[in-house]
Amino acid sequence: MIRNYDKLIFELSKEGRAGYSLPKKEIEGYCMCCGLPENLKRESKPELPEVTEFDVVRHYTNLSNKNFGVDTGFYPLGSCTMKYNPRINEEMAAHPSFVNLHPELPVECAQGALEVYYNLANSLAEISGLSAFTLNPYAGAHGELTGLMIMRQYHIQRGDLKRTKVIVPDSAHGTNPASAAVCGLQIVEVKSTANGTVDVEDLKPLLDDTIAGIMMTNPNTLGIFETEIPEISRLVHECGGLLYYDGANLNAVLGKCRPGDMGFDIMHINLHKTFSTPHGGGGPGDGPVGVRAGLEQLLPNPQVKKDSEGKFYICTDDKSAGYVSNFLGNFAVIARAYTYILTLGRENVKMVGPLAVLNANYVKESLKNEYYLPIEGVCKHEFVFDGLADKSTGVTTLDIAKRLLDYGYHAPTIYFPLLFHQSIMIEPTETESKETLDEFIAVMKKVAQEAIENPDIVKSAPHSTPVRRLDETTAARFPKTTYRQMKG
Amino acid sequence: MKYFPHTQDDIEQMLATAGLKSMDDLFGEIPEQLLFKREFDLPEAMSEVEIRKFFDALGKKNSQLVCFAGAGVEDHYAPSIINPIISRGEFLTAYTPYQPEISQGTLQYIFEYQSMICELTGMDVTNASMYDGCTATAEAMMMCVAAAKKRNKVLVSATMNPKVKRVVETYAFYNGVVVETVAEKDGVTDLADLQNKLNGDDVAGVILAQPNFYGIVEDYSGVAEMCHAKKALMVMNANPSALAVLKTPAEWGADIACGDGQTLGIPMNYGGPYVGYLACTNSLVRKLPGRIVGSTTDVDGKRAFVLTLQAREQHIRREKANSNICSNQSLMALYVTIYMSLMGHKGLKEVNKLSYAGAHYLAEQLVATGKCAMVYDKPFLNEFAVRTTVCPKKIQTALLEKGILGGVRIADDMLLFCVTEQRSKAEIDLLVETVKNL
Repeated sequence: MIRNYDKLIFELSKEGRAGYSLPKKEIEGYCMCCGLPENLKRESKPELPEVTEFDVVRHYTNLSNKNFGVDTGFYPLGSCTMKYNPRINEEMAAHPSFVNLHPELPVECAQGALEVYYNLANSLAEISGLSAFTLNPYAGAHGELTGLMIMRQYHIQRGDLKRTKVIVPDSAHGTNPASAAVCGLQIVEVKSTANGTVDVEDLKPLLDDTIAGIMMTNPNTLGIFETEIPEISRLVHECGGLLYYDGANLNAVLGKCRPGDMGFDIMHINLHKTFSTPHGGGGPGDGPVGVRAGLEQLLPNPQVKKDSEGKFYICTDDKSAGYVSNFLGNFAVIARAYTYILTLGRENVKMVGPLAVLNANYVKESLKNEYYLPIEGVCKHEFVFDGLADKSTGVTTLDIAKRLLDYGYHAPTIYFPLLFHQSIMIEPTETESKETLDEFIAVMKKVAQEAIENPDIVKSAPHSTPVRRLDETTAARFPKTTYRQMKG
Repeated sequence: MKYFPHTQDDIEQMLATAGLKSMDDLFGEIPEQLLFKREFDLPEAMSEVEIRKFFDALGKKNSQLVCFAGAGVEDHYAPSIINPIISRGEFLTAYTPYQPEISQGTLQYIFEYQSMICELTGMDVTNASMYDGCTATAEAMMMCVAAAKKRNKVLVSATMNPKVKRVVETYAFYNGVVVETVAEKDGVTDLADLQNKLNGDDVAGVILAQPNFYGIVEDYSGVAEMCHAKKALMVMNANPSALAVLKTPAEWGADIACGDGQTLGIPMNYGGPYVGYLACTNSLVRKLPGRIVGSTTDVDGKRAFVLTLQAREQHIRREKANSNICSNQSLMALYVTIYMSLMGHKGLKEVNKLSYAGAHYLAEQLVATGKCAMVYDKPFLNEFAVRTTVCPKKIQTALLEKGILGGVRIADDMLLFCVTEQRSKAEIDLLVETVKNL
């Protein structure tokens, strides 16, 4: 490995080099340069790199060495479910019979692909206790937006136009209120109780005929199961609203209980969390949306169905909430998630939640003397510490996160949820072994010890990473976001 | 189960540490009636051997065709080294670069991606990518409305790909934004109708396509001036591959450029994943949604890259954020970055030249059969519409029998054909021959 590799691809460029091979021109007499009118042609030359194929391979391999993935090491990033991403999923997603399918293919030429879509949608419905799923939304946030569109359409089609508010818990992820706003809904925040769950007494006065619904995760962002969910469901439905389930934390209850059985009407699932598709450095994911019986027609168009002869077809529904994507979502991601479900099978899907929850509780109980645990009790797939137990050291959550990088770990999610000042949110997932967790626990304890004995080494961490702490202020004040700007 | 590392002994020890007696205790607080007790109605676990056979069998139900379809998704050459690189676990299995010290790989390729997208579009700044071209255009629409403050009307040209338009319309509906269509005339945007609609002084933005849905390269001379005189922003949804040779959105005077990066060598994958791009002028950077990467230095003065201008984003601003987008389409941004690095401007130009030659040859040959006529007499690159004297369905069926995906039907008597650098003369000749013999 080349240490300290610091070149940009542009800095490798040398005029005259090329990294492509294209077929020879077989058709003469059709010259673009003479055929295209001058005023439609580009005036400037795009400054793209001129490099060889081998330059490109080395360059990006070196860049990859500056990255940390689940394949590299333990990645306890709370709320992101960084579980193992099996390679058989990749192999099936790259299956040559699927990758070259154009979305405009006649349906009779794409029966295999449609079957994958249809079967995954049905599997998700079974797993979540809902009636039907669309796989069209591209990501979790996109699924949220789609789900809220369905919620609004439900009220609009009943002629109930007053319902323009959605209730969101104060512990919710930032995308919840942001998605609601993009969907034209106003946000009403409901408070959490001291033990982190939705305060039902605070909820009651908020419920009136302007409420479209409530967005919740269960377990919530603190990793605590909302045991009052049957009562919340009753209250919200009684006022005429719908319950939206943010599937970010579905891994916790996978196989143990189902959002549909909890009373939720609409939900999204993050295939890149619960169903093991890779996060890809921030995408592509896929954000399927499910609905309870009676709301199926509202799912976005186009929709995939099966006829009485077992043939799959694509259709649209006039009552649909609309179109949210180019076609049928990120098909290659859908193929990965389906492969994962087939690999687990009915006998193993039900073990995902229990083992994820076991891992989380094991880490929590092992570290609660060194780190401050604001809410005691059994957690679900994740839990939150509010910084170190010893508050006298001056070592912050940020410092702890950075020190963990030195020890070869990705940091947990930090400063979220916003309910605490020094949140450290840890989600180990079910694919980590006891040995991995034991090593992590030992390192977390060591960092807590360092915070007391040698706080400076923690405060100035990381020390061993490709780069150290960054000047984010200058980056934001004088933004340089392209090579051209960087050169000045 | 190979994905679960827990031995029975591990489970017992871990439960003991957690102060619990059984696995059921982990869910002890959940009301009894919510617990799922039956078996899932799912298939039993499959081995890799069985999964491969299963997908092989499914794959046989798909037809592998020679693709002459476009309409936003094109069958371009995908260089062989891209997949091995993006499959490296360090890229594939990382999440969004929240910890920049151990995410320089991701952050740097996004910086390179941003640089290249700005080179192709001519715009000053772009974000780290969007889900696809449709959603990128919807976000562009919302940028227009946010920038205009008190205007909530956006115009979309009738020459826009309807798949893009319907997503824009969906987003607009829930946002209370009014979308009006600018009429088309002879296959291009009717500039008189555009002027007319701008004269209401209530338009936040105008969204145009390049090349448009019919493959026509539109002449947008004077359009930026028309828009800006009425304080409307000009948005251009452009095919990034074509921008290697076409006048850029910036050169036309556009404020925002957006579109789908699929044409930069991404396999068609039955609709995704692709990557949307969204770029704009410097003055609109604070309205840009999503992630943006900037360069900076670390405490030792070393060059480094970091997520920047985060005060626009949902995790800080919650409901006041520019958009709800959380992450980006990172791995596909890497895909097109590697593609653009390999191709360079010369390779991209070559792709366009080959596609141009193939498309113009096909068009001429189809017309010569007497069964097709060009719908419009306008400049095009690699896609064009023909009016057919035979039912287009009949043509497509005959082509299917020869293993050819024969264009996209866009009206009862119209087909849209697309030719890329991957189409050989023999493939084109077979298509023409088949049509001729009808």
